[in-house]
Amino acid sequence: MALSGMRGLSVFISDVRNCQNKEQERVRVDKELANIRTRFKNERGLSVYEKKKYVWKMLYIYMLGYDVDFGHMETVQLISAPKYAEKQVGYIVTSCLLNENHDFLRLVINTVRNDIIGRNETFQCLALTMVGNVGGREFSESLAPDVQKLLISNSCRPLVRKKAALCLLRLYRKNPDVVNVDGWSERMVQLLDERDLGVLTAVMSLLVALVANTPHAYWNCVPKCVRTLERLTRGQDIPQEYTYYGIPSPWLQVKTMRVLQYFPKIDDPTIRKSLLDVLQRILLGTDVVKNVNKNNASHAVLFEALALVMHLDADKEMMSQCVVLLGKFISVREPNIRYLGLENMTRILLVADVADSIKKHQSQIITSLKDPDISIRRRSLDLLYGMCDVSNAKDIVEELLQYLTTADFGIREELALKAAILSEKFAPDLSWYVDVILQLIEKAGDFVSDDIWYRVVQFVTNNDDLQVHAAAKALDYLDKPAVHETMVKVSGYILGEYSHLLARRPGCSPRDIFHILNDKFPAVTTPTKALLLSACVKIMMHCQPPDPELVDQVVAVFRRYESSVDAEVQQRAVEFLALARKGTAFVDIMAEMPKFPERQSPLLKKAEDTDGDASEVSATKIRQQQMQQEQNSTALVVADPQPANGGLHPVSVPKTAAPARHSEQAVTSETPQDSKSFPPSQSQAHSNGGTPQQAPGHTPGSASADLLSDLVGPLSLEAPPPVASTSSSDLLALEAPPTPTAAAATPADSLALALLDSAPTQVQPLGNVSEWFKELTLKDSGVLYEDPYVQIGLKAEWRNAQGRIVLFVGNKHTGPLTNVKSSVLPPPHLRMQSAVVPENIPPRAQVQVPVDVACLSASRETAVLEFSFNVGHAPVSVQLKLPTSLNKFLQVAPVSANEFVARWRALGGPPSKLQEVVRGVRPMPLAEMANLFIRLHIGVANGLDPNVNNVVAATTFYSGTAATLCLVRVETDPSDRTQMRLTVASEDPNTTYELKEFIKEQVMDIPFPGQSPQAATVTPATIPLTGPAAALAGLI
Amino acid sequence: MIHFVLLISRQGKVRLTKWYSPYTQKERTKVIRELSGMILSRGPKLCNFLEWRGLKVVYKRYASLYFCMCVDADDNELETLEIIHHFVEILDRYFGNVCELDLIFNFHKAYYILDEVLIAGELQETSKKSVARVIAAQDTLIEHAKEQSNSLSNIIAQATK
Repeated sequence: MALSGMRGLSVFISDVRNCQNKEQERVRVDKELANIRTRFKNERGLSVYEKKKYVWKMLYIYMLGYDVDFGHMETVQLISAPKYAEKQVGYIVTSCLLNENHDFLRLVINTVRNDIIGRNETFQCLALTMVGNVGGREFSESLAPDVQKLLISNSCRPLVRKKAALCLLRLYRKNPDVVNVDGWSERMVQLLDERDLGVLTAVMSLLVALVANTPHAYWNCVPKCVRTLERLTRGQDIPQEYTYYGIPSPWLQVKTMRVLQYFPKIDDPTIRKSLLDVLQRILLGTDVVKNVNKNNASHAVLFEALALVMHLDADKEMMSQCVVLLGKFISVREPNIRYLGLENMTRILLVADVADSIKKHQSQIITSLKDPDISIRRRSLDLLYGMCDVSNAKDIVEELLQYLTTADFGIREELALKAAILSEKFAPDLSWYVDVILQLIEKAGDFVSDDIWYRVVQFVTNNDDLQVHAAAKALDYLDKPAVHETMVKVSGYILGEYSHLLARRPGCSPRDIFHILNDKFPAVTTPTKALLLSACVKIMMHCQPPDPELVDQVVAVFRRYESSVDAEVQQRAVEFLALARKGTAFVDIMAEMPKFPERQSPLLKKAEDTDGDASEVSATKIRQQQMQQEQNSTALVVADPQPANGGLHPVSVPKTAAPARHSEQAVTSETPQDSKSFPPSQSQAHSNGGTPQQAPGHTPGSASADLLSDLVGPLSLEAPPPVASTSSSDLLALEAPPTPTAAAATPADSLALALLDSAPTQVQPLGNVSEWFKELTLKDSGVLYEDPYVQIGLKAEWRNAQGRIVLFVGNKHTGPLTNVKSSVLPPPHLRMQSAVVPENIPPRAQVQVPVDVACLSASRETAVLEFSFNVGHAPVSVQLKLPTSLNKFLQVAPVSANEFVARWRALGGPPSKLQEVVRGVRPMPLAEMANLFIRLHIGVANGLDPNVNNVVAATTFYSGTAATLCLVRVETDPSDRTQMRLTVASEDPNTTYELKEFIKEQVMDIPFPGQSPQAATVTPATIPLTGPAAALAGLI
Repeated sequence: MIHFVLLISRQGKVRLTKWYSPYTQKERTKVIRELSGMILSRGPKLCNFLEWRGLKVVYKRYASLYFCMCVDADDNELETLEIIHHFVEILDRYFGNVCELDLIFNFHKAYYILDEVLIAGELQETSKKSVARVIAAQDTLIEHAKEQSNSLSNIIAQATK
């Protein structure tokens, strides 16, 4: 053999092979590397043969996974050698050893170019192969025109031209500008006439890439492609060497059909007809044969034909033909065909109305869910997920649940998530939904996120007829040994709220339930302990008449945790102990939770987000998206007895569902907003609790109250806060400091309560709150909020991950603002500390409130400022988003072109690098976009991207002590400014994602609705104003 | 497109790698470790496709060697499977009943051949005959060069005697 002469290489390879273990191998490799290094050092004495030998050894070592950080120069030099044998080694080893960003490639660019334009065909081939395999921007810029010339040259042999076609493809992928669309489409049409099938295959691959990027430019290729396909399927004029197991080049057939799928639509009736005829022939004429390879090849063609039929939106008959075929495939034994059958069935479901025919195969698909092959199980799971609707949800979800018990680890998470989504989306009734989720928690508790059980609590709370059922189920599950913690949480919560509904059943007395809960304490984490404490206090409250023995036991539990090291647990224990002494008032405080406002399911949202995150431009994908948009969301709608809360919606705050409060510290600060969301329950609370006779007992100085008010700063009560605010006096003292709700403590209250039904007055802001906020996102001083009484200005300074905001609160009014309160609700990723506002602001005075901010991680959430005051006796409260947006922690990063490109390459793909085609972009010239980026602290690097329609930018994101370099690339389409392709890359996947979403938000055209959430939050405070008070407010 | 080609022995030893998408050496090692773990543990009667990091790995075992190609998720799997077979047939024809040892000691040959079958992660030539012709021509060129240098050194050797 040609290389048998290279003895040193063979010896080295067999040495490595004989190594007993990795350690020995490393020693041998290191020895060889040292040897090569010294030999290369005194290069003079090195013969050509030795040079080649060492370079091959280096490649072998590199292939085994060792780092080879020298000898690149020697390798590259071989390319410049005059002889074929050396050149060949140089080219091949270079293309393996160096990647596209390597600096040494620049050294050989001239040699490579000379080889490409030179007369020596063998050198041309070597150079084209290397450039095609390595790619790289610099090659792309300096070599593309020459490669193009070779491809269309008449004098070159097919051997060179097919390499030129693929080389150009690689360069085009790197930089689409290398091909000038205008003239090139004509050239492509000519190239499709190519007689040599090798060249035609390469040209077809090139065409796939071209059409995928700019389909409209290559319309004129459609007829030729269809003709090629006809020719191939008929086997006309195909040389023997281009048939594969008797099939005329299956690869070329597949590629040709792939090209056709990238054209949005094929309208020309004659072309369409002949294409459909060809496809029909493929669908009908493919038989299963014995030879594996022949079978694979013919089915490769068949599956591509199926995909093309789906894309063409063929008539019903043909579609049902496809479904019949697929139905056959999913029941064969051959695993490849079964896998592809399942995969394509999922696809066809998205583009055609074939759900009913696919449902016939449901049992077959479920069988595949139990296949030993994980690839097949995944496909089957996807298909079941896709075909699920109201009619079969019960069966499918129950199958999934059953499978969950035996499923292996790799698939469980996905399985659990899918089961949860389906059960919520298509639940025939809510009790079934609750059952499913409880089962899910039992079987795969680790994979059930908090969102899911919050949702259960939400449904149970909002649906009275569900509560008994849920409580009974919860009790069943909790009574089992070894219960998952999530189960303890959800069951504990439900039993706390609703177990009293079961009281008459045997074994369900408050005492029994308390014992079950009590048993769980030792095994659970602290947040769950806190939750269980609340459940215990509720059970105790519901036990009427009080059972002294139960009370003793519950109190004993509280005593046990009275001195817990965890502040939250300790606080609850202490509070509950104090509350337990409050007699009847206690019952009001611990009243049932109010109904939740309607929320979008976080789970369904997540599901939609992942579905919509397709950055691929494949035509089928676009179709899928359209289909999804057309489908009406069948999400479960809960019958909520509550009226829509007068358009009041809380600003998004860092929590998803109310039960979250169990684990959150700063709970009281959330309460105002909750109370606003529930006007009915609130009024009810006032009418039963807020009797004036309790007011005289208000003695904030009493010892116990003092103690408590210290401890209770961030109070976490299970009961709706308004109830608390109107109950006994000590409680008022407890609640007063942090909550605006405590405004209820003023004597005016009793008056207000008397006439609760009158319409509330509203203080309107003098402008658009969200507009102000948006302004402040881009600059650091301005108005945050203004109404007839108060103006809040803002000035901010940012340095890396730290920042200081100063709020300037000005009283514009002629009377004093009393009872002024402000609190800052930081999202989880920010640490914030704010100064206290003075309780009264005199007329025409201004106070400054500094707020310190530290960023811990990337998030688009912003902090919320709750601000309330009284004008006369009329309380006003607003919630304002503070401009602590992501960009405040960004700093322009000056990055050189090389550095940028190197980083960009290094950050391979998702999740570090994310790409998305953003539609609905606010049309703006590039200069304006660059300007916007600069205002967002994202530094635009001009001239880095040769395409003038692209914007490339870099910025550093600071959080904690970390600084993350983020790279951004925006590709715009000059003919359609409403869309762009956005790519963001950084080392931290979360930062990448958040920054991408943030930029998206900034460039998208979001009109300001008249009643934007922020504006709507300006409300008549927590207590609706009543007749006389309103009249009073009117006078002021 | 094909992102990379891997040849792994049943013991998990790397026999050939070719990367058409840029991966750093560190990533390459990780990819190989991850994939060989997944592929080698799969039973014989399972399908030839494996979903992995949003891509698909199409693999096939020939005697003691696993041939793997990683393609995009929406690429045609069977087509890729037959590219593997096409490559194996070409190797077989060249080496004459190819075995793992042939590839170990002639890994550079395998690179030449692969370069005639794939460029830029796309199939270049579907005719086995055509590939064989090109490789044979290359071999002659190299042999020719060797003879030349041999004869040259002979001349020098004789002259300096």
